[in-house]
Amino acid sequence: MTDLASSEKVVPGNAPAEDVVFEVMGDADFDTAEMSLSIGPAHPATHGVLRVVLDMDGERIRHARPVIGYMHRGFEKLAEYRDFAQIMALTNRHDWLSGFGNELGVALAAEKMMEMEVPERAQWIRMLIAEWNRILNHLMFVGSYALELGGITPMFYAFREREDIQFLLESATGGRLHFTYNQPGGVKIDLPHGFMKESVELSATVRKRLPDYVDLVLGNEIFQGRTKGIGALPPEVALAYGVSGPTLQATGVPEDSRVTEPYLKYGEIDVRVPTGDNGDSFDRFAVLLGRIEASLDIIDQVHDHMPAGPVNSKLPKIVKAPEGFAYVRTENPLGQLGYWLESDGSKNPWRFKMRTPSFSNVQTLPWLLRGQLMPDAVAILGSVFFVVGDVDR
Amino acid sequence: MSPVTTPKSAPFGVGLLKGAAVTLKHLFRPAVTQQYPHERPDLAPRTRGVIALMDENCTVCMLCSRACPDWCIYIDSHKETVPPAKEGGRARTRNVLDRFAIDFALCMYCGICVDVCPFDALWWSPEFEYAEYDIDGLLHEMDRLREWMDTVPPPPPLDSGADAPAEVADAIAAKQKELDAARDAADAAASEAEAKTDEGGDSSKPAAKSAGSGKPNVADVHVEGAGEQLDQEVYDSLIAEGKSERMARAKAKAAWVRAQKQKQLDEDSDGGDA
Amino acid sequence: MTTILTLPLAQQASVLDVGNFALSAVFKIGVVLVMFMVISLVGGYLEHKAMGHMQARTGPMEAGPHGTLQLVADGIKFVQKEDVIPRNADKWVFAAAPGVALVPAMLGFYVLPLGPGVWAADLELGLFYALAIGSIGVLGILMGGWASANKFSLIGGLRAAAQLIAYELPLILAAAAVGIQAGSLSLVDIVDAQMTMQVFGTPITMWFIIPQLLGFVIFFIAAMAELSRPPFDMPIADSELVFGYMTEYTGIKFAMYLLTEYGGMVFMSGLMVVLYLGGWQILPGVDMPEGTWGALLGVGVTLGKIMLLIFVIVWARVAYPRLREDQLQKISWLILIPLSLLNIVIVALGKVLL
Repeated sequence: MTDLASSEKVVPGNAPAEDVVFEVMGDADFDTAEMSLSIGPAHPATHGVLRVVLDMDGERIRHARPVIGYMHRGFEKLAEYRDFAQIMALTNRHDWLSGFGNELGVALAAEKMMEMEVPERAQWIRMLIAEWNRILNHLMFVGSYALELGGITPMFYAFREREDIQFLLESATGGRLHFTYNQPGGVKIDLPHGFMKESVELSATVRKRLPDYVDLVLGNEIFQGRTKGIGALPPEVALAYGVSGPTLQATGVPEDSRVTEPYLKYGEIDVRVPTGDNGDSFDRFAVLLGRIEASLDIIDQVHDHMPAGPVNSKLPKIVKAPEGFAYVRTENPLGQLGYWLESDGSKNPWRFKMRTPSFSNVQTLPWLLRGQLMPDAVAILGSVFFVVGDVDR
Repeated sequence: MSPVTTPKSAPFGVGLLKGAAVTLKHLFRPAVTQQYPHERPDLAPRTRGVIALMDENCTVCMLCSRACPDWCIYIDSHKETVPPAKEGGRARTRNVLDRFAIDFALCMYCGICVDVCPFDALWWSPEFEYAEYDIDGLLHEMDRLREWMDTVPPPPPLDSGADAPAEVADAIAAKQKELDAARDAADAAASEAEAKTDEGGDSSKPAAKSAGSGKPNVADVHVEGAGEQLDQEVYDSLIAEGKSERMARAKAKAAWVRAQKQKQLDEDSDGGDA
Repeated sequence: MTTILTLPLAQQASVLDVGNFALSAVFKIGVVLVMFMVISLVGGYLEHKAMGHMQARTGPMEAGPHGTLQLVADGIKFVQKEDVIPRNADKWVFAAAPGVALVPAMLGFYVLPLGPGVWAADLELGLFYALAIGSIGVLGILMGGWASANKFSLIGGLRAAAQLIAYELPLILAAAAVGIQAGSLSLVDIVDAQMTMQVFGTPITMWFIIPQLLGFVIFFIAAMAELSRPPFDMPIADSELVFGYMTEYTGIKFAMYLLTEYGGMVFMSGLMVVLYLGGWQILPGVDMPEGTWGALLGVGVTLGKIMLLIFVIVWARVAYPRLREDQLQKISWLILIPLSLLNIVIVALGKVLL
């Protein structure tokens, strides 16, 4: 682990000239010096199309440069020609594992600009579904990180849990991955009969199965040998890069937007933020499991607090935001998600800027990968949780 | 760190044994696989499988087509004139739906079109087995969309904490208003009857009876020939005033019916009294 | 006839040594082929289903009742695939490599005793032969990695070779301890020794696993590493995409490599059964019935134990992530070899003193 002060500053763009570039798939190491290797866009170790160019010195990585943009879909520009309902349907898709969190941010931004009152019941329902979405996201990474390290089983257990949760959310929203359940001023339709009972039972079931992950993955000596001490991120570096979410919490900083700037009704319940000690890959994984448990606690509290009442207010035929701007920060499962919404009075926003968590998290890759051995690179890449759609939008 | 998910430090090897134990435990539990073609999934009623169209309800307002983020709904229509119902009337124009197609290759299953339709012409159905070998085959026309209406399930009942849906709430309010009105009418009639009883004494028992049961409802009286017979005097006077023939005829018919009903009521009450 | 035609190092005649040389040769070839081809497929089916159920799913269900014909279907699929040879590949080496890996794995079954009297040959150097011929298979892997004209295959092949060489030593040392305790290198003698060996002064017989539990564990771990089975499969899966030395192979050649892996699993399990688990004996101390029934029962017991060990190998695959290459080497050189030497010392002391 190189010291930040003593090593050369890693600035994006100062990569040495690539005279020999091998566009190959997979990671391998060469005993020749000055070799530039591309972990090409399509690679199972990266969640999506992310290219990482590695300058190798024998087995060691001298310099790593992530190349993003392979999945750029022009969300922010598209949003300038869509109205709020359409924008919410589209934002489900940039971080596809946290669809509800994304639309929630847009709804909150719209409500802030239009100064709409959201009914109580709608806020609690939003919290419930947002926390289930968070658990869905974290379970996915729990499964896939173990898979990258060679443990093939936790993936199946994680997806079994995910199926149950997705079935539950499908009964309320109609979708398993992209929910389109929010609207400015509330949610579209109330929960179906039997949902609350199912949710209570499922929360108990998932909680009962969590120790399996601890036994199978966290407590496994081989896993610990592969992840402890690997890719340690100090809190100063993490904050300097704007890292947020489980990656930041693993370094020891308990920064969580649900606690520091409560939105919805998070201020009225206990939100626990698990933190790690070293910021290494092991801690990042452990924080993920801790967050699943914390979300289950929040869900149980929401069950107790759920009031009766309406879930939305009647919207005008064309929803227009008044002139002005709003910035809303929410705690998406992968980190802090911010939406800057600027309106010129028409039904389409003038500017819609997304501050996505994965974009900031990916910036740490050059810092983390420098000086590491090749086999550890895969372990580190998988442990900085990001979704490429979120990076590129 | 949270209590459950922090591994307790253990001597080397215990973690490996625990991991082995977890997998062995699952060996003896039933598998969660659903053998798909033989067992079908039991999907929730709100599942967004495919969009079905009830074209009888569609008035070609084009709201769905405009609201679609992908512009995957293709609507064609033409205007038809409907001849007037009665001679001298105004001809009506009607929108006739020629083509309503949804390109499911573009559709992103967001549901904005279903939400936006004011006439309940678009519905979600959990049907998902409509895969095609050729991407052009995913453009489905009105007839196929109408077939899928058969697969649309009824909406599930809402949670106990939910407000009743708007239609149900409106119906309940209307019925409540009707009941309140009936009760108020009954109370008013009762107080009137009491007043009459105070005045008339016991001899007007039948009257009290009929009064007690409330004024005979004018609407309940049935008159033969309503709609054909008309009151000639009223008709002539209205024509003389300069009203149109149609209006004069209508008013004359109404006047005739009113007179008939009053006559019948008078006969009944007279008969009752006598 | 028999004296001329049996091998000079052979000791006990097997049940398959019928009078006619050609017929007994056919029987022996049949046994070897059946063990290698059919039992490997059964082992592969066991892997699919056991792995599936441990992962809360069912495994193959469609091909044949409950997926029993899945591996047959896979074989047919491999046979009808196009055989691609990279342009820059060394053609002859490339084509020969899977064979060089597969044939030694098959030949190992020549000495493996399956039941009382049921073996192809009982060589005086049986154990030596089995371990030596397994080592030849490493050559096939190296050839495959080199001839592929793909730098990643080469690296994967070299890593695999390094791993296999590193784990040969614990394997041989642990097996040597068994040889010491049995007093012979003949596999049949080792089984007999387990059936007749008595604890000092008592009439209790026990299998070698009990005094040599440490040796068994070392042998098991070394066998898994020899087979490149998870958690020791870094050479195959280090890029998680390409298959190491097997990358450029398609069709039947690829199937041959995979068959080598499954055949190796059966063979190593068979060796462990013979060396540590009492061969064809049902339980320590229980005598086997005589005659044909005894032979059939013995074969059944051996196969059952082999399947049990294959299950444990699959279990290890399912439960554990992959070890990094350097961790792998550390375990072998710094942990397993000293322990296996210690094991030999203990066994030798025990043999001399007791």
